[in-house]
Amino acid sequence: MRYKRVAAVAAAATLALGLAACGGDDEGTGAGSKDFAAGSTMERLNKAQKIKIGTKFDQPGFGQKGLSGKPEGFDVEVAKLIVKELGIPEDKIEYVETPSKVREDVIVNGTVDLVAATYTINDKRKERIAFAGPYYEAGQNIMVRKDEAAITGPDSFKDGTKKVCSVTGSTPAEEIKKYVKDVATQLVLFDTYDKCRDALKGKQVDAVTTDNVILLGYIAKDEASFKMAGDNFTKEPYGIGVKKEDTDFRNFINDTLDKAFQDGSWKKAWDDTAGKFGATLGDAPTINRY
Amino acid sequence: MNVLIDKFDVFAGGFWLTLQICVLAAIGALILGAVVAVLRISPVPPLRAVGTTYVNIFRNMPLTVVLFFAAFGLPALGSNADFLRIPGLDAIFSRLGTDLPYFRFGLIALVLYTAAFVCEALRSGVNAVPAGQAEAARSLGLTFGQNLRYVVLPQSWKASVVPLGSVIIAMIKNSALVGFFGVVGDLSQTADQLTSAGGYAFIPVAIGISVGYLIMTVPLGALLDRIEKRQAVAR
Amino acid sequence: MSRQTSVLYDVPGPRQRRITLISSLVAVVVLLAGAYLLIYRPLADKGQLSMELWGPLVDPSNENFSQVWERLWVGLKNTLIAAALAILASLVVGTLIAVLRIQLKSLTRRRFTGLATPLAYLLRGLSGTLSVITRICVEVFRGLPVVLTIFFVARGFPEFGVSFDNLWYLVIGLTVYNAVVIAEILRSGMEGLPGGQAEAAAAIGLSPFQTTGLILLPQAFRIMLPALISQLVVVLKDTSLGFIISYEETLNIGKQIIGVLGNPIQVYVVIAVLFIAINYSLSKLAQYAERRLSRGRRTTGAAPPTPPPAALTSQAEGAGGGI
Repeated sequence: MRYKRVAAVAAAATLALGLAACGGDDEGTGAGSKDFAAGSTMERLNKAQKIKIGTKFDQPGFGQKGLSGKPEGFDVEVAKLIVKELGIPEDKIEYVETPSKVREDVIVNGTVDLVAATYTINDKRKERIAFAGPYYEAGQNIMVRKDEAAITGPDSFKDGTKKVCSVTGSTPAEEIKKYVKDVATQLVLFDTYDKCRDALKGKQVDAVTTDNVILLGYIAKDEASFKMAGDNFTKEPYGIGVKKEDTDFRNFINDTLDKAFQDGSWKKAWDDTAGKFGATLGDAPTINRY
Repeated sequence: MNVLIDKFDVFAGGFWLTLQICVLAAIGALILGAVVAVLRISPVPPLRAVGTTYVNIFRNMPLTVVLFFAAFGLPALGSNADFLRIPGLDAIFSRLGTDLPYFRFGLIALVLYTAAFVCEALRSGVNAVPAGQAEAARSLGLTFGQNLRYVVLPQSWKASVVPLGSVIIAMIKNSALVGFFGVVGDLSQTADQLTSAGGYAFIPVAIGISVGYLIMTVPLGALLDRIEKRQAVAR
Repeated sequence: MSRQTSVLYDVPGPRQRRITLISSLVAVVVLLAGAYLLIYRPLADKGQLSMELWGPLVDPSNENFSQVWERLWVGLKNTLIAAALAILASLVVGTLIAVLRIQLKSLTRRRFTGLATPLAYLLRGLSGTLSVITRICVEVFRGLPVVLTIFFVARGFPEFGVSFDNLWYLVIGLTVYNAVVIAEILRSGMEGLPGGQAEAAAAIGLSPFQTTGLILLPQAFRIMLPALISQLVVVLKDTSLGFIISYEETLNIGKQIIGVLGNPIQVYVVIAVLFIAINYSLSKLAQYAERRLSRGRRTTGAAPPTPPPAALTSQAEGAGGGI
C-alpha cells in the first residue's frame, strides 16, 4: 500500500515537471516538449529528445565529415531545420553514415529516423520508403579535364573510347551505363567521388559523372584542372527519406520545408554550405505531397 | 532464387574475371616471392636487408592500403602499369590490355602483397631442409647458387608446397577486394551490383557469390589436405 | 634464419669478403639511385612532397595538425576496439568449435553398446551428422573472403530483423572467419599432442570432456600461442575492411581527412606506417613467445609435440587472413 502511494506521488511530480517544461518552452522553437499527436513519430522523437539522422560523410557541400568530426553541408543543415521543429536540441542528433547503397535499408530497418543524403526521389525507391520534399533539384552532369574537347555530353561515351568514373551503387552510375558501349573498358567505380576526381586528374579516366552540385564542389576547389561538359541530362530532386507508412511524419517534414522556404532559413542553409561553391539555388521547389 | 538463373551470365562473368586475376596474380606472386626469398638468404647484406624490409612492410600492411597505393600511388609516380600490356597475353586476359589500368593496378597490388607470404612459405621450406644437407654440399665445394639449385631447393620444394597452397588460397580470397578499387565486374562486386543497383533479394545473390568463391578455394584446400597427409605418412 | 643462411655458403675468406663489400656498395648505390629516379623525382615533380600536403600530418605548428591527429586517434582506437573484441570472440567461439569437433569425433567412434540397437543407431547417426555439419561450416567459412562475410553479416542480419551497430557487424564478420581458423589451429594442436596424454587422462578416470578441458586444451593453447598472436595481426589488418560497412576505423577516418585536405598519398603513407609499427611489434611478440615456449619445453624435458600442419600455421600467419 505504501509503495503505491509513493508511486502516485512520484507520477504526479513527473507530470507537474513535464507541464512546467511545456509551459516554459511554448513560445520558442528550441528544445523542449511540444504538442504532437499522440502516437506519432514526432511525439516519440520529441519525448526521447534525440534523433538519428542518416547522411553522407564524403559529399562536399552536402554532407561531409570535417576535421572536427562533425558532418557539415546542405543536407545536414536541412535536417537540422527539421530537428529544430521537432523540439530537439542540435547536439542530441546522432549522425549515421549512409552511403548510397544502404539508404533504403537503414530506413526500413529503423536504424535511422530520417535520411538526408543527396537522396534522389524516384519511383523504384518509393516502393520501399517514402520521400518528403523535394528540397533541392539537382541534375546529373559530367566533369572533364579543362583541355577536354571530345566529351560534350553523355552521348560522347557511345563510341566506346572515353572512360568514365562514378560511385558504386549510385543512381548516376546506373544512368551512365545506358550510354556506355562497353562497361569493362569504359567504366570505373569507386567508393567515393574523391577517388574518381584523382583518377580524372591522373588521366586514368576521361570524365566523372554524378549530380552537378557535387561536381561543382570539385570544380570550385580546382578551377585550373576541371570543367563541366555540357548541361544536366537528368533531373535529380533531393528528398528526405522516411518510413513508407509514416505519412504523418512525412507531412510534418513537408510543412517544415515549406516554412523554411518562406522564412529564408532554407536559403541561409544553402548560402552557408553548398552555395559557397558557386552553384545556384534557384526558386524553392514545389513540395510533392503524394 | 530466380536471380541465380536469370543473372547466371553475370555470376559467370564475375567468376571468370576473378579467376583471371587470380591466375595472373598467382604466377606473378610466385615469381616475385621466389626472388625476394633469394634476396633474403643471399650473402650480400644490403640485398638481405631489402628482402627483409620488403617482407616486413607488406606482411604488416592491410591489403586495402596496398591496393590504394597501386591504384593512386603508381599514377602519382607517372605509371599506368603499361609494362603489363604483354602482347599475346592480353588475347586471353582481355582486361590486361585495356586503356583502363585498374585491372593491372589490382593485379600489381595482389602480386606485391602475396609475394611477401610466398617468400615466407619458401623460406620455411628451405629451413625445413636438414642443415647437414647443405653442409655436405658445401664440403663438396658447391657454391651458394649450386647449393641452392642442386641440393636445397629440390628438397625444400616438398616442404613448401602446402604452405604455398595456403598462400594461394588466401590470395584468391583477397582478390575480392579489387572490386573496390576500380575493377568493375569481379565476383565480389557482382554482389553489390545485383543487390543495390539491380534490386535483387540479398540472400540468393549471397549464395551465388559464395558458391563462386568456394568452387575455387575448397577443392584447392582438399587437395592440400591430401598432399599433407601423404607427406605425413612418408615422413 | 641466420643459422640456415650461413649453412648455404662458407664463412667468407678475405677475397670473398672484399667481393661482398664491393657488391654491397654497388647494390646500395643502385638501390639509392633507383629510389631517387623512380620514386623521389616523380613525386617531387608532381608536388607530392610539398609541405602543403604533408604539413597537417607532420608539422605540429600546422593549423590542422592537432585536429587531424585527434581524428586519426579516434580511428586507431576504433580499430583496436574492433580487433580486441573480434579476437576475444574468436578465441571463445574457436575454442568451443574445436572442443565440439574433437568431442564429436570421439563420439562417432563410439558404438553405444550399452543401449538398445535402434537408439544406438540413432545416436551414431546424430553424432555423425553433427560432425559432418560442423565440418562443412568450417570449410565454408574458411573458404570465403572475409570482406564477404562482413558484407553478408551487415546486409543479412537486418533481413532477419536483427540490427546492431556497425561495430558489431564488423566484429561478427571477423569472428565468423577467425573463430574457424582458430578452431582449426587448436584442433590440430590437440591432435598433435602425444597420444599418451589422452590415454593417461582416461586411465585416471577423466571423462572425455575433462580430458579435453584439463589436459589437451591447455597444452594446445601453449603450443599454438605464437600462431594465435599472429592471428591477431591478421585480425588487426582485417578491421580495415570496416570501411565497406561505414565503420569509422583508421582507414575510414583517413578517407574523411582526405576528403577535406585532399592529400590521399600522404595520409595513406601515415596510416601504412601506423599499421606496420603495430603489427611489426605484434609479430615480434609472437617470436618472443615462441622462443620462451621452446625454452620452457627444453627445461621440463617433455617430448616436443609434433608441429602443427604447415597449411594451418601459414594460413594463420597472416597469409590466410581475408586481407
